[in-house]
Amino acid sequence: MNYKQIASADIDFLVSVCGTDRVYTGKAINEDFSHDELGGVSRMPDVMVEVTSTEEVSAIMKYAYDNNIPVTPRGQGTGLVGASVAMHGGIMLNMCRMNHFLELDEDNLTLTLEPGVLLMEISKFVEERDLFYPPDPGEKSATIGGNINTNAGGMRAVKYGVTRDYVRGLEVVMPDGTVMELGGKVVKNSSGYSLKDMIVGSEGTLAIITKAILKLLPLPQKTISLLIPFPELEMAIETVPKIIKSKAIPTAIEFMERDVILAAEEFLGKKFPDNTSDAYLLLTFDGNSKEEIEKAYEKVAHICLDSGALDVFISNTQERHAAIWSARGAFLEAIKASTTEMDECDVVVPRKHVGEFVKFTRQLQDRFNIRIMSFGHAGDGNLHIYVLRDQLDEQTWKQKLHDVFEVMYSHALELGGKVSGEHGIGFAKKPYLNDSMGEYGINLLRNIKLAFDPKNILNPGKVC
Amino acid sequence: MKITVCIKQVPGTSEVEVDEKTGVLKRDGIDSKMNPYDLFALESAIRIKQQFATEVTAITMGPPQAEEIIREAYMMGADDGVILSDRRFAGSDVLATAYTLSQGIARDGIPDLIICGKQTTDGDTAQVGPEIAEFLNIPHVADVRKIIDLTSEHIKVEMDMPQTVEVVEVKLPALITVAKDINEPRLPSFKLKLASAGRPVKRLSLDDFSDQDEMNYGLNGSPTQVIKIFPPPANDDHEIWEGSTTELAGRLFEQLSEKKFLQR
Repeated sequence: MNYKQIASADIDFLVSVCGTDRVYTGKAINEDFSHDELGGVSRMPDVMVEVTSTEEVSAIMKYAYDNNIPVTPRGQGTGLVGASVAMHGGIMLNMCRMNHFLELDEDNLTLTLEPGVLLMEISKFVEERDLFYPPDPGEKSATIGGNINTNAGGMRAVKYGVTRDYVRGLEVVMPDGTVMELGGKVVKNSSGYSLKDMIVGSEGTLAIITKAILKLLPLPQKTISLLIPFPELEMAIETVPKIIKSKAIPTAIEFMERDVILAAEEFLGKKFPDNTSDAYLLLTFDGNSKEEIEKAYEKVAHICLDSGALDVFISNTQERHAAIWSARGAFLEAIKASTTEMDECDVVVPRKHVGEFVKFTRQLQDRFNIRIMSFGHAGDGNLHIYVLRDQLDEQTWKQKLHDVFEVMYSHALELGGKVSGEHGIGFAKKPYLNDSMGEYGINLLRNIKLAFDPKNILNPGKVC
Repeated sequence: MKITVCIKQVPGTSEVEVDEKTGVLKRDGIDSKMNPYDLFALESAIRIKQQFATEVTAITMGPPQAEEIIREAYMMGADDGVILSDRRFAGSDVLATAYTLSQGIARDGIPDLIICGKQTTDGDTAQVGPEIAEFLNIPHVADVRKIIDLTSEHIKVEMDMPQTVEVVEVKLPALITVAKDINEPRLPSFKLKLASAGRPVKRLSLDDFSDQDEMNYGLNGSPTQVIKIFPPPANDDHEIWEGSTTELAGRLFEQLSEKKFLQR
C-alpha cells in the first residue's frame, strides 16, 4: 500500500486543528502507543493526536482522505490482538480525551456518551442512579469505544448478551470526514442494512465512533455468587451444560483452575477464599429479592453437588464478592506476570463443547511440551487460553506457538466454533480468520471494508 | 477446647443514612449482614478447630432476626449458636452490651478462648471485646494480627500496635479481638447449610442470667448519653509528592515501611 509519508505540512495541519499541546511526534510519543496490552505486534505512529470533538475528527479524516494518510483510532490500548497499533504508521487518533457523559435519558433508558469514557466510569455512573449497563468485560479500564469496536462480551453474557445488544445508536466519522448518525434511541429498527451493527465489532476499520447511545436496564437489587470446587476440571466443565439445561439463568458461569488462582494470589498478595481444589466454577445470580435468587441458586447448587462438586460456597456480601472478583479480574495480569511472554487464543465454541475443548488444550500442553493456562466463560463457550513462553528461545517459541495455535483453531472450527469470542481479529488473528471464513467470505468482508473506506486509510491491515 | 465467637448483625452496606431528626440509623429496607470483622474471628476459631478438638459457639445479642447470622456461622463451621434477645436489652451502649454478652457467655462456664472482631462496621468503637474480658476478669489482647501458638494453657499472639508489633503471651481463658489481616475468611458452605438446617439456635433472655437486675441492662445499664449521631466526614486525605525518581522511591519505601506494608 502506498501512503503519503507524514511531512511537516501535515503536522502543521494537525496543529491548526488541535493546537500544539495535543499533537505529538517522535520521542514525545510515549512508547506505550506502539503496542497494545499483549505487545506481540508493534509499530510507532508518525504522529499522535489527542482529539476532543467530532469536528476535529472529521477535519482530520477529511485531510487524511485527501492526502492518503493512514489513520489508526485508539482508546486505552487494552486490546490483545494489535487492532489499535498503527501498522502503517501515519496518524494515531487518541480518543481518550473524548470522555464525557452527554445525556442520561431516563424516559428512554439510554445513556449517550463519548467513546473515551471508561467501562468502570459507566458502571459507577449508572449504578448510582439505580440503572445497569450489563456488559462486563474483565478489563474495566477499557474505553466504551474500544468495547464497541471489539463487540466485547464479558462475564454476564450468559444472561444479558454482549456489547452489541446494548448499542442503540452511534455517531461516526467516515473515512472521508462525513459525519453519520446510525441507529438512534429507537428500540426497533428495520430500516435497511444495519450500519450501526456493522460498526460494532469492526475494530476501527470502517468508521470512527465519536458518540454512542447505550441501552440501559433497571439495576438488579441483589447479587449472589457461588464458588463451586470440583476435584477436577473436566467434572466442573461437564456440569455446565446441566446447569444451562436446567433453565436456571445465572448471569455468569466462569471456570478457573487452581494454578490460575495461585498465580492471582501471588500477583495480588492476597488469599482467595479457597484454593484447595483443582478446579472451580464461579456462578453469579442476580434478581430483585433474596427469595427469588435463593430459589434459583439452590436448584443449581444441588445440580452441582449431584455432579460431583465438593461443596458450594456462597458469596452474598460486598466483602465476599470483592475477595472473589478482585482475583478473577486479575487473572490475565497474573498469568502474564508468571511468564516471560504469552499469546492468547480467544475462541468461542458451542457451549456443549466447552468441556471437550478445554480437555483438548490440556493435552496440547503435553504434546507440545509448553505451558498452557486457561480460564473463561464456560457459560457462553468463550475461552481464554494462554500459551506461555517461559524460557523458550525466540525461534522455538514462535514455532511452537504457531503449531499450537494451528491445532487449536482448527479443532475449534471442527466443533463449530469461531476464531474470536470477544477480543477481535486485529492484526494477530488474521490468518485464522482467513482460514475459517474461506475465500468467498473474506472477499465479502473486504468488499464491505472498501464500501466504507475506498482508499483503505482507516486502520489498514486489520481484520481482513 | 471451647471457643466462643462474638458476632453482630450490621447493615449490609457502608452507606447507611442517619435520620437527621432522631439521629438513628435508617435500617428500613436495608439488608443486614454479619459484621465483616467477625468473619475473621469466626475463621480464626474454625482454623483452630481444624487442628484441635474444639467446640465453636457463636453468640450474638440482637433481635430475633439475628438468627440469620447464627445460621451463617453454622454454614462456616460453628457448632452451636446463642442469641441473647430481650426487650430489656434495647438501647444498650457498649458497656451494657459487653455486660450482657459476658453474662450470656459465662452462663455455661467461661470458655477457654473468646474471639471477637476488632470492631463493628456500624458502631466502630472497638470497646466491646476488651470490656467483656474485664467483666469476666480474664486477660485480653486487642487487635491481634496473628496467632503464633495455642496450647490448652496459653495463647501467644502478635498484637498490632500503631507503631510496633508486640508479641504477647497470655494464660487461658482469655479473650482476643482480631484484625482484618489475620486471615481470609472462608465462604459459607451450602453443604453445611443443608447439614445444619435443623440445628437449633439457643435463645437466652435476662431471665436466664445470673444477674437479673434490670438496672444493669439496656438503657438503664448504659451510662453513655448519645447527644447526636452523624456520619463521619468522608476521608479523602491525600498527599502529592514531587521530586526525582530516586527521592520519591526512597520516600515511598519509608512510608510503606512505617505503615508496616513492608518489612525491612
